[in-house]
Amino acid sequence: MSDFVQPTSFEFKAEALEMAKVHIAKYPEGRQASAVMPLLDLAQRQNDGWLPTAAMDYVADFLDMPRIEAYEVATFYTMYNLEPVGKHHVQVCTNLPCWLRGSDKIVEAAIRGTGTEMGSMSDDGLFTLSEMECLGACVNAPMMQINDDYYEDLDETSTESILTELRHGKEPKTGSQIGRKTCEPIGGLTSLKDAGAS
Amino acid sequence: MLKDQDRIFTNIYGMHDPFLAGAESRGDWDGTKELLAKGRDWVVDTVKESGLRGRGGAGFGTGLKWSFMPKESDGRPHYLVVNADEGEPGTCKDREILRHDPHKLVEGCLVASFAIGANAAYIYVRGEFYRETEALQRAIDEAYEAGLIGKDACGSGWDFDCYIHRGMGAYICGEETALIESMEGKKGQPRLKPPFPANAGLYGCPSTVNNVESIAVAPTILRRGADWFAGFGRANNTGTKLFNISGHVEQPCTVEEEMSVPLKELIEKHAGGVRGGWDNLLAIIPGGASVPCLPKGICDSVLMDFDSLKEQQSGLGTAAIMVMDKSTDIVAAIARLSAFYKHESCGQCTPCREGTGWMSRMMQRMVAGNASIDEIDLLEQVTRQVEGHTICALGDAAAWPIQGLIRHFRPELESRIEQAKKNAAA
Repeated sequence: MSDFVQPTSFEFKAEALEMAKVHIAKYPEGRQASAVMPLLDLAQRQNDGWLPTAAMDYVADFLDMPRIEAYEVATFYTMYNLEPVGKHHVQVCTNLPCWLRGSDKIVEAAIRGTGTEMGSMSDDGLFTLSEMECLGACVNAPMMQINDDYYEDLDETSTESILTELRHGKEPKTGSQIGRKTCEPIGGLTSLKDAGAS
Repeated sequence: MLKDQDRIFTNIYGMHDPFLAGAESRGDWDGTKELLAKGRDWVVDTVKESGLRGRGGAGFGTGLKWSFMPKESDGRPHYLVVNADEGEPGTCKDREILRHDPHKLVEGCLVASFAIGANAAYIYVRGEFYRETEALQRAIDEAYEAGLIGKDACGSGWDFDCYIHRGMGAYICGEETALIESMEGKKGQPRLKPPFPANAGLYGCPSTVNNVESIAVAPTILRRGADWFAGFGRANNTGTKLFNISGHVEQPCTVEEEMSVPLKELIEKHAGGVRGGWDNLLAIIPGGASVPCLPKGICDSVLMDFDSLKEQQSGLGTAAIMVMDKSTDIVAAIARLSAFYKHESCGQCTPCREGTGWMSRMMQRMVAGNASIDEIDLLEQVTRQVEGHTICALGDAAAWPIQGLIRHFRPELESRIEQAKKNAAA
């Protein structure tokens, strides 16, 4: 565990508070513990992408559940970051479908582009680089997720250029990087060809 | 080949408006009230007669599953839970439904909930699908706004609420009881069955958990009829199906095709064929990471359906086809999957928690040939000690790919070990 400071207190700001109520209202009376996952996510988003212990305590108290149960949830699910992450959390899928299409090279390009090693944060705090299990975009492999967006059909060049754009505060194009709309065959449609049909 | 007019997911590539106006122009929400007016039994029977088998991997009859729900409530509410925790390596079909055809899912939730006596449905979407969740939420909001769901949904007299619950990164939550635990605000660790969810599921109430694709095809089946759907594919393997074709093909893609389509035809027609030609094929994993791989000889003629793949000791699973050409290090490929299962084991059952680690470490040694020949049998034995000895199927899923490797590529494992020995001697 790297050295970082756990904040001593946490509370939702107005917007998160509003959203927390929306989430809690989805579940039946007395079942508010069901909202622990979305509320921990709200807390993480408010706290620059990572979840301090104070936030877990706050969410547990908010939902009137034992704090240990919030810790259990926060430590079980991989999308909760228990230590600070970079502004851009770069997550490269290396599972089989991506590996078959060259994810090893994408990992190398991501290491060059972020200036950090797998599993760590760059010194400037811009990037955290992580290796991911299957992200469910396998026909667009290899791919990576950065914060909430997918970048697909990558090669080394596009991977590095996406990271360079982010470094310069730009918003790189999400989705396929080779001109595909989504998951159709790149060489042309083999079904649903009638452009007039909706 | 399936004709476009028989495709259910006509916006699977997102070429058109995914939202309400576009969805209605594609036939969604057409006469939903009239469908519901035919009654709960009619809905269940029609889906049964269509032969629809669950599209999430296990292939259990969808209509039959619905029929297990109590006919009358004993005071406890009923729930529909939709499994959109798509995470089986190779699988990316539900993602396209969520972002390009979300109204098919929302309408499906209404008809399925009506069929099982539920007034609420929860759609559990994997957390990484953030943009997909936004699209689905927009569709839900539109449906509320238009009176299609909510109080007196579609004017049917049935009250129906539909909610999204986002996962936060745990493959195991794709297992139905782990998903329910997760929804209740706990770690996603599977429950012992019985009781089955139909008796005691979410909040201890009667619940049905279905895959996204199973639910999303239901309205079209009801509109076009059980016979129409059952007219595709072989007996007991009916319908149309979304296939994901990834790996070493010229044009990886997702496509809706008829069940029982020959694997080779599917790849050549839609995915541009195997990279370097069909003869450059080494092996295919036909149904997501959990099912055993098949060598080229079987791929030449196997049909893409439950029974045909089962006969070959593999499975249709999620119909996620991962193609590996002759350049592939097949041992490293399977070792990658073993590492995945080790990472995703929830740790509850000892054979899985320890076994996935054992298997992964042995597979790493097999990649390098750093083993003795009889350890191949030992590895096989370990898989047998995990398989069938755990609460959920993750243990089985970790065991099967290795069993498939040993069954079809044992000489490769042996030659690697021999080579490593020679290298060490030299």
